[in-house]
Amino acid sequence: MSEVNENKLNKAELTGTAAEPAGAGAAGEPGAVKSESGAAETGAQTKKRGGKARVAALVVALLILTAGVIYVLDLLLRPKYMGDVTEGALTAEYYNAYGDHDVLFVGDCEVYENFSTVQLWREFGINSFIRGGAQQLTWQSYYLLEDALRYETPDVVVFNVLALMYNEPQNEAYNRMALDGMRWSQTKWNAIQASMCEDESMVDYIFPILRYHSRWNELTSEDFRYWFKKDTISYNGYYLRTEILPAGEMPPARPLTDPNFGDYAMAYLDLMTELCQEKGIHLVLIKSPSLYPHWYEEWDQQISEYADAHGLLYINMLDIAEDQVGVDYSLDTYDGGLHMNVTGAEKCASYLGKVLVEKYGLTDHRSDAKMSAYWDEVGARYDEAKNAG
Amino acid sequence: MLFTSYEFIGFVVLLVALYYVLPKKLKWPLLLLGSYVFYYFAGWKFLFYIFGVTGITYVAGLLISANKTRSDLQLKAMKGQDLPKDERKRFKEANRTKRRRIMAVGITIALLVLAVVKYTNFTIHNINSLLTVFHISKQLNFLNIALPMGISFYTFQAVGYVIDVYRDRHEAQRNFFKYALFVSFFPQLVQGPISRYGDLSKELFTPHPFSGRVVGRGLERVIWGYFKKLVIADRILPAVNTLIGTPEQFKGMYVFAAMMFYALELYADFTGGIDITIGIAEMLGIPVKENFERPFFSKNIAEYWRRWHITMGTWFTDYIFYPISVSSPMLKLSKWSRAHLGEKAGKRVPVYLASFVVWFTTGIWHGASWNFIVWGLGNFVVIMISQELEPLYRKFHKKFDTSGSTTYKTFQVGRTVLLMSALRLFDCYRDVPLTFKMFGTMFTTWNWGSIGDGIFLQLGISRADYVILALGTLLLIVVSMIARSGSVRDKMEKRLPMPVRFGVFALLVIVILIFGAYGKGYDASQFIYNQF
Repeated sequence: MSEVNENKLNKAELTGTAAEPAGAGAAGEPGAVKSESGAAETGAQTKKRGGKARVAALVVALLILTAGVIYVLDLLLRPKYMGDVTEGALTAEYYNAYGDHDVLFVGDCEVYENFSTVQLWREFGINSFIRGGAQQLTWQSYYLLEDALRYETPDVVVFNVLALMYNEPQNEAYNRMALDGMRWSQTKWNAIQASMCEDESMVDYIFPILRYHSRWNELTSEDFRYWFKKDTISYNGYYLRTEILPAGEMPPARPLTDPNFGDYAMAYLDLMTELCQEKGIHLVLIKSPSLYPHWYEEWDQQISEYADAHGLLYINMLDIAEDQVGVDYSLDTYDGGLHMNVTGAEKCASYLGKVLVEKYGLTDHRSDAKMSAYWDEVGARYDEAKNAG
Repeated sequence: MLFTSYEFIGFVVLLVALYYVLPKKLKWPLLLLGSYVFYYFAGWKFLFYIFGVTGITYVAGLLISANKTRSDLQLKAMKGQDLPKDERKRFKEANRTKRRRIMAVGITIALLVLAVVKYTNFTIHNINSLLTVFHISKQLNFLNIALPMGISFYTFQAVGYVIDVYRDRHEAQRNFFKYALFVSFFPQLVQGPISRYGDLSKELFTPHPFSGRVVGRGLERVIWGYFKKLVIADRILPAVNTLIGTPEQFKGMYVFAAMMFYALELYADFTGGIDITIGIAEMLGIPVKENFERPFFSKNIAEYWRRWHITMGTWFTDYIFYPISVSSPMLKLSKWSRAHLGEKAGKRVPVYLASFVVWFTTGIWHGASWNFIVWGLGNFVVIMISQELEPLYRKFHKKFDTSGSTTYKTFQVGRTVLLMSALRLFDCYRDVPLTFKMFGTMFTTWNWGSIGDGIFLQLGISRADYVILALGTLLLIVVSMIARSGSVRDKMEKRLPMPVRFGVFALLVIVILIFGAYGKGYDASQFIYNQF
């Protein structure tokens, strides 16, 4: 279509100077009608106008249809996170959870793998949800919290502080896993802006097909199976693992070049603190009992000071993992001490739940029939997975 | 702002929308502003070059035009004074010389700017090579000059304008800003077409009212352009780069593959870019000259060059070939050669000499390297040989009637494709000797047996990519075949109801979205002709 005879567009058409038939539309002519503006209009002109409106409506309808087809293909091409890597499905699951939550966790894998929400419900009647994701950075946790606060106001927010070690965007794949599942809002826009690596583009987040189009030759049966509907992966954000791999020797801690957390990450911790204060939410800082990456004394000191300065509760569960939480690193971890398995996650939940109930007097919802029914369903899935493992 | 970037698409959407929303008198200023904003994104420093070339040629045009008007008035006055014919002739000639001088100064300065930024380092490279040959250890330092985007295109367009004013083809544009728009009109700034002021100016400055059909047709052309660029050119690009980037590994049959792949890439890239250019202009109601006429269906090289990069070819013909051919030294040479070499051969000497200059210039215009010069001269040699063999062809056709033979036509088309693709190898390899060497391996390294060894799947494109390329190329060919008897869009408009046409282009958009080589994981590739 690039050839010479392709450009035979009627010149009058191009210049928009197509002449009207002489005298067309003159007032007083047979068939002329008065338009709203008072100008005389012939029947032919009225017909032409009606025709144009019909064409415009048809074009709009076709555009919508095309957009629809593109959207359906977009859904097919997006990663489903239903196979080996499932963490990318966690963010979206929040919107399907039942009721207002008493406790909302935000953070990285040290929360979504280390605290059993089902245990919190069964032991304390706490309705909790973990908005966590793989290598979820502090600003992502902040925006996921801000996003959650559009729907509810929990009593307690628990933030795992390990993510403060990162002061800049890290990796597109993890960004995608944390952000793709968020519903669109100003918060999501800000979360993307805060998270994008240098070679990422906002347009790719707005129109995922632009990013994932090249998956057309990698599509598997999984993509078709989960094209329109996905399975629920988590148990209110908790990612259950049943394997056991005892903790062994950890790599030696590398000397810190700068003992202070970065400004960017700390600024978002400040924002989180302010947001919680503004909403009357108790913010609790925790360091989950994962053995690696190494949690430095200097970092611990900083967080303690920060918590003191802002009147926050800080629990370093790593220090009390064996004595008070009851973690047995030979049984309660599935990957050699990096993350808890289900027994470890239940112990962590038991310990933390007790502290939160004692300190903040959280309500026991187990008498709430609807909520119980919801948790019974989650619990049944949970038990099935636990026993299957 | 690459044509294939999201920013550019957003920029065009915004500009087209604003164009139709703004009052009439603001439409062309919007295009000027948009063009300069577009150019700014290529690098703010480059604005000085385009502004400089615009200013110089604008002043030259004005001075020539003013002189012409003045001298015409005076000549008119002389008519009444009953002056001798000779005196009027002298006066006329004196003014023409003045105008010629203004033109020469104007275009020399403009071309000098182009020469300095484009050819300084090439010249230094050659001087350094000569110094080495003569065992002189002194070497000149290269200059750190970046080539401003589209400078070859807009300089030629501006030079053409000055010459046309001198030739009295049209008046000079008095409004500097309107003239600046003619030079900088953004869709064609990057890779042409090289427009003539007489063709473009009227529509450029006319405020066009919105027409859904006009915008729609322009959009169709843009979509087709993106299909060529993203689905074909950029998809085959990794294979071309691998094949030509490692010549020591890819010889013989792989050179042939590189040659054909590059021909496809270049065609899809350049014609795709021009489709986008013309389509955007069409969306604004501005018709821009066509630059291609199915060149790979040509039966010989001369015809190919009448159908490939048409605006450049006609530019060289009008502003270089003809002026040289009718220059007084050439007329003297013609006289001399006819006297000494006979009427037939003598006639051809000045034509060939002018052609030589044109092809040398064409080569060096494409790039400051010997590869391009040899490529240009290669075209000249092939065309010259072809013309010299004309009597032989005639004899052959007299003996064997091939008129109307599809097989013979196919042979001719195939021959053109192979010849042009072979010459384009000079674009590919790093220097002239290597190009000759690699070309030679097609005949000396017989490795066609390894075609099925899976090496083609290790060139950076997968089996699925080849399938997309094959289907895309098939579509290109089919569309070109249909276009032989007229515009494909016209035919579609006549024969297909609007929803079906819409569906066809919507499908094309979906194909581009899914199968286009763009975004992360693909190198955002500049159009090849941007570099020229």
